[in-house]
Order: sequence, then C-alpha cells, then structure tokens
Amino acid sequence: MADFINGFWNAYVMVLVALSIAFCIFIIASNMRASGKVGELQPHKWDETLQEWNNPLPRWWMYLYWLTIFFGIAYLIIYPGFGSFPGIAKWTSVGQWEQEMKKADEQYGPKFAKYRNMDVKAVAADPEAMGMGKRLFQTYCMQCHGADARGAKGFPNLTDHDWLGGDGSPEYIKTTITAGRMGVMTPFKDILSEDQMKDVANYVRSLSGLSHDAQRAQRGAQVFAENCAVCHGPDAKGNPLLGAPNLTDDIWLWGSSEAQIISNVTNGIQNRMPAFGEFLGEDKVHILTAYVWGLSNKQ
Amino acid sequence: MQTETTYNYKVVRQFAIMAVVWGIVGMLVGVLIAAQLVWPQLNFPQLGEWFHFGRLRPLHTNAVIFAFGGSALFATSYYVVQRTCHTRLFAPGLAAFTFWGWQLVIVLAALSLPLGFTTAKEYAELEWPIDILITLVWVAYAVVFFGTIAKRQVSHIYVANWFYGAFIIAVALLHVVNSAEVPVLAAGLLTPKSYSAYAGAQDAMVQWWYGHNAVGFFLTAGFLGMMYYFVPKQAGRPVYSYRLSVVHFWALIFTYMWAGPHHLHYTALPDWTQSLGMIFSLILLAPSWGGMINGIMTLSGAWHKLRDDPILKFLIVSLSFYGMSTFEGPMMSVKTVNALSHYTDWTVGHVHSGALGWVAMVTIGSLYYLIPRLYGKVEMYSKDLVTAHFWIATIGIVLYIASMWISGVMQGLMWRATNPDGTLTYAFVEAVKASYPFWTIRVLGGLLFLTGMLVMAYNVFKTVAGAKPVDAPVLAPAHA
Repeated sequence: MADFINGFWNAYVMVLVALSIAFCIFIIASNMRASGKVGELQPHKWDETLQEWNNPLPRWWMYLYWLTIFFGIAYLIIYPGFGSFPGIAKWTSVGQWEQEMKKADEQYGPKFAKYRNMDVKAVAADPEAMGMGKRLFQTYCMQCHGADARGAKGFPNLTDHDWLGGDGSPEYIKTTITAGRMGVMTPFKDILSEDQMKDVANYVRSLSGLSHDAQRAQRGAQVFAENCAVCHGPDAKGNPLLGAPNLTDDIWLWGSSEAQIISNVTNGIQNRMPAFGEFLGEDKVHILTAYVWGLSNKQ
Repeated sequence: MQTETTYNYKVVRQFAIMAVVWGIVGMLVGVLIAAQLVWPQLNFPQLGEWFHFGRLRPLHTNAVIFAFGGSALFATSYYVVQRTCHTRLFAPGLAAFTFWGWQLVIVLAALSLPLGFTTAKEYAELEWPIDILITLVWVAYAVVFFGTIAKRQVSHIYVANWFYGAFIIAVALLHVVNSAEVPVLAAGLLTPKSYSAYAGAQDAMVQWWYGHNAVGFFLTAGFLGMMYYFVPKQAGRPVYSYRLSVVHFWALIFTYMWAGPHHLHYTALPDWTQSLGMIFSLILLAPSWGGMINGIMTLSGAWHKLRDDPILKFLIVSLSFYGMSTFEGPMMSVKTVNALSHYTDWTVGHVHSGALGWVAMVTIGSLYYLIPRLYGKVEMYSKDLVTAHFWIATIGIVLYIASMWISGVMQGLMWRATNPDGTLTYAFVEAVKASYPFWTIRVLGGLLFLTGMLVMAYNVFKTVAGAKPVDAPVLAPAHA
C-alpha cells in the first residue's frame, strides 16, 4: 500500500493497533469478575466526607464495552485499518467513488448523451434539454456568474452580447467551458506615474461618455497610445484574441469609477475561468453550451 | 494570613471570579456571531474587518474553552488538589504566575484574533508568541499541581486528581506538538505570523489529533475531575464505584488519543487512518459513559435532594448532557452517519450539547458550591436565583441543540438531494435560506444561556461584595 514508505511503518502500525485493542480487552477482561461488593466502602477518606463505594461494574456497561471492541475487530477484518491489510471486502474510498461515478454515468449518462449529435441551437430550443442545462448551470456555474447569469464584479454577465474573448458563437462558448480562459492585464505600477494613471483613467472614462477631467483626458490619450493600445487597440475597442475588453462601451467588468480604473491599471488583473471539460464530460458541456448560448439568443 | 496552616484560596478566588467574567464575555461573542448569521449587517463592515464572523468566531471558541473553561479548571483543580491532599498548594509564586500568565494569554487572544493574527488551526489559532507563553504557564501549572500531589498527607490520590493530572499532562503534549510552527521572517526580523511545521494530510492529522483531544482532555477529563469532587460533595454521598472509576479512567485516557481522524472522514487522509479513528471512537462510548454512571449513581439513595437543590440540578443535568453527547459523538464518527452530518449544523449542535450542557453546566454548579466557601459563607446570596439560572440555561440549551439538529439534518439532506438527471436539487444558497428560522432560534437559545450567566454574575457579586476572603485551615487527614 502506497501509504507506507516501507515495511517497517506497516509493521509499526499493525503492532500498535493490536496492542491497543489488546489493552482495551485487558482493561475490561481483568475486571469481569465481580470483585467489588455492593454496599462496601473503600477504606479511604478525603476532605472530611469524600468516600467511595466499591460497587461492581454494571453488567450492561461491560457488555456494551465488549460489543464495541468486537465491532472494532470485525471492522478491521472487513475494511482497511490494520496496517496495509486491505480488509476482506477490498474496500477503498477511491474504489467507492469510482463505483458511484460509474453507476451515476450509467444512470444519467444517456439522458445527456441524447443531445450529443444535435446542433447547439437545436438543443437550445429543446425545453427538456434547457431544463437540464439550467440545473447544470445552477450546480456548476452560479457560484461565480450568479443564479441569473448576470455575473458580478470580475465575473462576466452571460446574458448580454458582450464577449471578452470571442464572438459568442456556440463554438466559442464551448471552448471557454471546456478549456477555461485566462484574463491577464499587466500591472503598470512600475511603469506609469500616479499622475499618468489618473490621466489615462480619465481618458478611458471619456471614451464611453462618462464624466471626466478634459485636460487629464487629453494627456491620457498620449499615455493610452503608448501603453494600452497594444492590447486594447488604437481605437480602444479591444482585441478578442487577447481577451482585451472594449473600453468604449458601457460594460465594465470591474466597475467604471476612476478609483477602480486606476486600481486595475496599477495592479493589473489575473482573472480565470476554470476548465470544466474533463470534469463534466463532453455531453454535459454540450448542453451547458446551448444553455449559455440561449441566454443571450432568446428565441 | 498566608501560612502553611491554611489552604491557598487566593488563586482559587481569582480564577473562580474570572471564570464567571470570561464566561460572559465568551458567550456574548457567541451570541453576536450567531446573530451575524441571521443579520449580516452585525458584521459591522463599515467599521472595518475586525468584527467579521471569521475574526470573531475563533475569539468565541477560544474565550469559552480556554478563558471560561480554563479558568474554571484552574480554580477547581487548585481547590480540589489542596483539599484532597490535605496540604497547602505547592509553589504559591508559580500559582500566582499561572493566574496572571493565563489572563495575559486571554487578553492577547482577544486582541490578536480580531486583528487577524491566526495560525488557522481550529482551537489552536493563537500565534507563536502566545503559544510560548501558554507553554510556560502550563509547565508552571504542572509543577504546582504535581508538587502539591507530591507533598500530600494521605497515601491514596483521590480520583478527581487522576483526571486533573491526565488533563494537565495531555494538554501539554497536545499543545507543544500541534503548535510546532515556523515564524515568518520579514527583513531579517521575526514576525508574529507563522506556518505549521507539518504539511498536507499530516498537518490535518496532527491538527485533529490535537483538536479531538482538546475535547477529550481539556473539555472531558478536566471536567470529570471537577465532577468527581463536586458531585459527591454536594450530594453528601460516596462515589458510586471505585472500580468503575479505575476502569473508565484508563480506558478513557487511552482511547481518546486514537479518535482524531473521525474529523477527517472522506478526505485525503488514508483510508486505514479513518477506519482506526472510527472504531476507537466507538470503543470510546463505554469508557465515556463510565463517568456518567459513576456521577449519576452517586446520587442513588438521595434522589430527593434533586428536588430542592439547584446545584445538584446543574451537576446531574450536566452529566445527562455528557452521556447524551458522548453517545452522539461515536455515532457521528460512523462514516455513514458522518457522510450526512459532516460540515452541517449538526456538528455545531453536538459541540454545544457538550460545551453548554456538560462543560458549562458542571462548571456553573461547581462554582455555586465553591464561591461562597471562598468567602467564608455557607451558600450563595440567593438560592432562588440559582434555581432561575438553572431553568433559563436548560431551556436555552434545548432550544440551541434542537434547532441545530433540525437544521443540520436538513442541510445534509438538501446537499445530497439530486434530480432525476443527477444534478443537484438545491443550490447551496437554498440550504442557507432554509436554515434562517433555525439560526434565529439558536440566537434565542444562546441569548437565554447568556442571560443565565448574567443572573449568576449578579448573584456572585451579591455573595462576594462586602465579604471577607477566607482561607480555610488545612485539615488533618482522617484515619478511616
């Protein structure tokens, strides 16, 4: 068994367990005979009044103790616990998990597999599939994207038509769910001065028509062109290939306040959507893709 | 006054009074965090992070276990060991150090935990400088306690002292091993932050070996010591069975050491370790019940005393809760049951049936016996208030435990419920929403228990105010 680095530790655990159970047995076995007498006081007295009867152990209590010891021994014969002896049932927690997963796949697998060869848009039109899609979403996706899929700070809204890294096509959504996404923005704290950050933040706000300091925005345009345009594009409309968001619309993943923008520019961003492909399997991903696609493509 | 002819009650008085004070503080924080779960605005986010649930929860557990429970154990063990050894406490200077040192530990905990200093190990959250102070206090405690045993005037050591002794030795071992940690250096200087000396599953195993034995030795063996003195004293009856006390003592302290892994069922802990944790938890049932039998049966032949003696009511009800939670514990350690109960409110309910029902009730009963005697009085200022405290506290516990049982089982069932396609029937937040009514009842239960403690504080104040501290004369041992 891989739990033990060598045979010594296996033997050590076996001896320790055997001795411990033997000690439990010794404690009770050596006291089985009713050596005490009801109504007999022990010959000691403490603190004026403290004395002890020498009543024998209650029978039912001794049987309870024996019962638990026997249960323990039987359990160690059937299940792992006695060193590397695997137990006659050959049970392992991994084995139990694999069995349960196999059973679940057999039971539930066909329900999901039914839609495997159907076009995503057709699946999205199937009420039964969308019922399952919604339940899958509520199980695996809502923790970040919310029960209504409208997202939260740092977690994209999935019900609009704004997609950070692509076109929102079924293929794009499926790739995202299967392989995950990384959203990275470089931190500029060692590159830009505080004043420059403020300038560029005002410029970015001006792009989507938010209130701003016109002078700072003007200076910010220069900072933007030299530092930000590489990813966000000279017109700031973003670059899906890099996952760089469009800065000219009114969708703000992190918020549009000047302080928030400065914070993002200063510290950068490390955002991540986990990959679900291996965990959920193709069939469930297919249904989830249809569900998510359907959120912004209501028929 | 302080001569070899009187018992050293000063340190007992200090710890006894502080037990009441810390009990109120710890339970107040408990009521606050219970209320935070129902009314999140009570986290006071606008004031900063210091009052958030995550910061205050360890403060609550540390305050009730180590400040309230710890002070009560120091007070009663120092009282019991002197009186049953018929000698004055050994090393009075060290005894005074344990009092001031322990209070300093508590104050440092109350400051550092809300500030966010934590090792993130449950019931061992305090950072390394405080850990070192705890170790020093504990060594001093052991010297005082075992020094007193060594100079006893009677040949036999009374059973209460076995349990106190086992508690002191085991807690020293647990604390030192589990608190092995490496301080973080910043710019070549030590910082108060540290990381555990163990890693991964081994760290978890060491932590729960500690965590479960903190329950087994701090909250069980120590308080059994208390029980073995104050129950026969208050009942005026001999202990039911000397033989039972021997058998259950050895079985209990031996078996507890194995039970830790049941906190880590269905985790990365190896299967064989989980199995051993489970079977020894089951074997622990009878040894635990030995203490309950010995306590409750001590009253046999004097049951009528329960009717009008509120102190006995506290002590006997505490033993009933002890028996109930030591049955519940082994059952919850069975993997199949644990698969339902783990991570739910059931665990919280189980802990509180032990902590409020057993630990707090036996402590309160013992303090009501102890405090008047430390001030030259026969009994508390008001017996009616003691009775009132008993009923308020009991109703509070029942509300607390019952609400947690229901919400715990409900959460466990909701989390595992699945739809015909295998997806989860309930989102996590739905189980949270369904728990609100029970969390509200829990606040009420906790509030009642806290109210009882305030009644006690008033009663203690009226008993002590104007009374002179009295150190009783050391008694010559009886030659029976």
